[in-house]
Formats: sequence, structure tokens, C-alpha cells
Amino acid sequence: MSTVKIQLPTVLRQHAGGAKTVEATGDTVGEVFADLARRYPALAAQLAPDGDLGVFVNVFVDDEDIRYLDGLDTPVRDDAEITILPAVAGGAR
Amino acid sequence: MIDLTEFGIRETPLIELTRLSPTGVRIFAKCEWHLPTGSVKDRVAAAMVAAAETRGLLRPGDRLIEPSSGNTGIALARIARMRGYRLAVVVPDNVSAERIELLEAFGAEVRFSPGAEGSNGAVTLAERLARDEGHLMLHQYENPANPEVHAATTGPEIVTQLAAMGIDRADVFVACLGTGGTLTGVGAHLKEVWPDLKVIAAEPPAGETIAGLRSLAEGYIPPVFDPAVVDRKLLVRLRPSIETTRLLLDAEGLFVGPSSGAAVYAALRIAGDLPPGSVLVTVLPDAGWKYLSTGIYTGSLDLAEEKAVGSTLW
Repeated sequence: MSTVKIQLPTVLRQHAGGAKTVEATGDTVGEVFADLARRYPALAAQLAPDGDLGVFVNVFVDDEDIRYLDGLDTPVRDDAEITILPAVAGGAR
Repeated sequence: MIDLTEFGIRETPLIELTRLSPTGVRIFAKCEWHLPTGSVKDRVAAAMVAAAETRGLLRPGDRLIEPSSGNTGIALARIARMRGYRLAVVVPDNVSAERIELLEAFGAEVRFSPGAEGSNGAVTLAERLARDEGHLMLHQYENPANPEVHAATTGPEIVTQLAAMGIDRADVFVACLGTGGTLTGVGAHLKEVWPDLKVIAAEPPAGETIAGLRSLAEGYIPPVFDPAVVDRKLLVRLRPSIETTRLLLDAEGLFVGPSSGAAVYAALRIAGDLPPGSVLVTVLPDAGWKYLSTGIYTGSLDLAEEKAVGSTLW
């Protein structure tokens, strides 16, 4: 079972007692989110509302967007860093 | 085929990053600062105005509005002046002074949205002003002319320019994700020419710093971005973007903006895993002039990074 660090964006910290980062365990992103759901149900509900990754959530495992990997089935190594960001208009406009 | 020569827009140079490319891999970069206002957005602005004119949506004297943290606004201001339209640009109030000065120099009226709300705030305010004051909003995030101009000009230029150097294929295309226009348009065209090509998106950590965002439900995915074209998406943080921007200056003598640094950081990360003989192409959206006051080119990296967080860097 991997232990990973999860970086939360400002908008989601309210659902994790104000924490910037939380730790959780699991061998895939989905398992990590299930572990989070036990402690922070409101946070997990935002990330994967119907068991699927939320439309406006981008999840990166070691800076790779999991939508282009295996989604919630994307494996996570021990000590992996998961970064969660809201989908917003970005870039050099 | 879209002809943008009447807007003064011609082919931009495609150069090889010979000093930064790892052994055996060739990295080519499209130098978009060679366009009239110095950024890739000259293509998008001209194409959006041309498309609106073709559809009969614009007449001389009409008023345009666009949310933009700089490049698109400046490019649109130039085209609007050339064609006799009035333009208001909505920018977050923390953009650099150079950009506001440039927008005004090109004849645009500048309206400010709260910086803490980032681009989303500028989009929301522009939409409201468009409705209340009767401006036409070309909306680069939603306008199909945006990706289309890249599929019609930037993409074919890359193919032609590589061919002129005796290179008959590219394996990877890397570009920054802003509106998604470059990735979607160039990516789709190159995949049509070379079906095995992989498209990689470099994403800025924009959402991290937006304090004004109240919930994820307020998020936004630009309709012009087609995720089906993209094969991989990398998060590129501020620090490596700034470091690589400096590296481009040191190693290749290229004075580019931080989004170019982000694109090349992602390109180098990908290039390291490519087999020998691979060809990678990326886009350098603009030069460094508009970012001088951000302090990203000289001095302490820590300070530059700290200053960049919470402002609209790219």
C-alpha cells in the first residue's frame, strides 16, 4: 500500500480542515480518494461526485494529468505527489 | 485556406534548439514573437475578426470587448484599429504595467477585473459588459476561428518548414495550454499529416492561486480545447517555467516569455524519454519584453517565484 501526499488548491482546503496537504494511502488514485473519503467525506464528494472524476477537477500524479493516464485507476507509487487543481482558464492570453 | 497576409501576418521562423536538445533528439521551436505585435495571438485575433466580418457581425465603428491578460488584447487592438472598430480589453488588475501601456498604445480602452479572480474574473466581467453595454465579444476561449487558424497556418507552416530542412516527420508536438487553441489546431493538423505523432499539453498551475474561486463548480474548460487531440498533459509549475525561460536566454540566446519556458521545460522532460532520431516541435508564444517588470530574468529565483505566485504571469 502506497502512502502519498496530496496538495490541495485553496478552494478545497475548507473540506480538509484548512490543510494545504493531506496524506492518504492506496495503490491507485481511486483507492487514495476512497481513503480520503473516510476522513474528509466532503472533500471526496468534490473530487469524484458520482464515483467519476469531477468535470472541473484536474488531478496530477507526479505532475502527469491522470485523465490522460488511467483516470482513477492510475497507479500511485509510494511517496508519490498528487496535485489537485480546479480547471480554470489559464495560459498566455 | 485562411489568408492573413492582409493583416501583415506571415510565416514565423522555425528554429532548432541545438544546445538544449538531448543527444539524438532534435527539438524545433516556432518563434511566434516574429508576428506584428510580438505574440502567437496575432494569428488568433486576425482570424476571429476575419470570421466575424465574413459572417456580417462587424461593421466599421462597432465596439468589441475581450477578456485578456495581454497578448490577445494587444493583437486585437491592432486589428481593430486597422479595421476601424473600437475595442475594450478586460484585464486582471495585477497584470504588468507594460501590458496596460501596450494595450493603450494600440488604442484599446482598458477595463480592470479583480486580480484575485484571475482569468475567470476577466471573462465574467467581459461577458457582463458585453451584455450591458452592447459590445461584440469574440471570445477566444469559445471561438472556433482560434483553433482553425492554427490548423490552417501554424500547423502547415511547421510541416513545410521541416520539409525544407529535409525532415519528413515529427514525433511529438508540445504546447502550453491557455485557451487550448494552439494545442487543438496545430495538434489536429499534425496528426492528420503524421498519425503517429503525440500531442503533449503543458499546463500552468493557474487554479492553485485563484483565491476568488468559491467552489469547483465555478471551474471552466475552454470549449476550443479538444482533449481528444491531447495524449499527455503535464503540470508545469512556476519555478521550472522561470528556470527554463532563463535557460533559453543563457543557452540559446532566446529572450522569451515564461510560457515559452514552460513549453520547453515540458519538451525537455519528454525529449529525455524519446528514442534517438526523434523530432519534437514546440511553440514559443511570445518574447520577454512584456514580463520585464516581473523580475523573472535576473536576480533571485526565490524572489521571482514568490512575486509570480498570485499574479497573472502567463
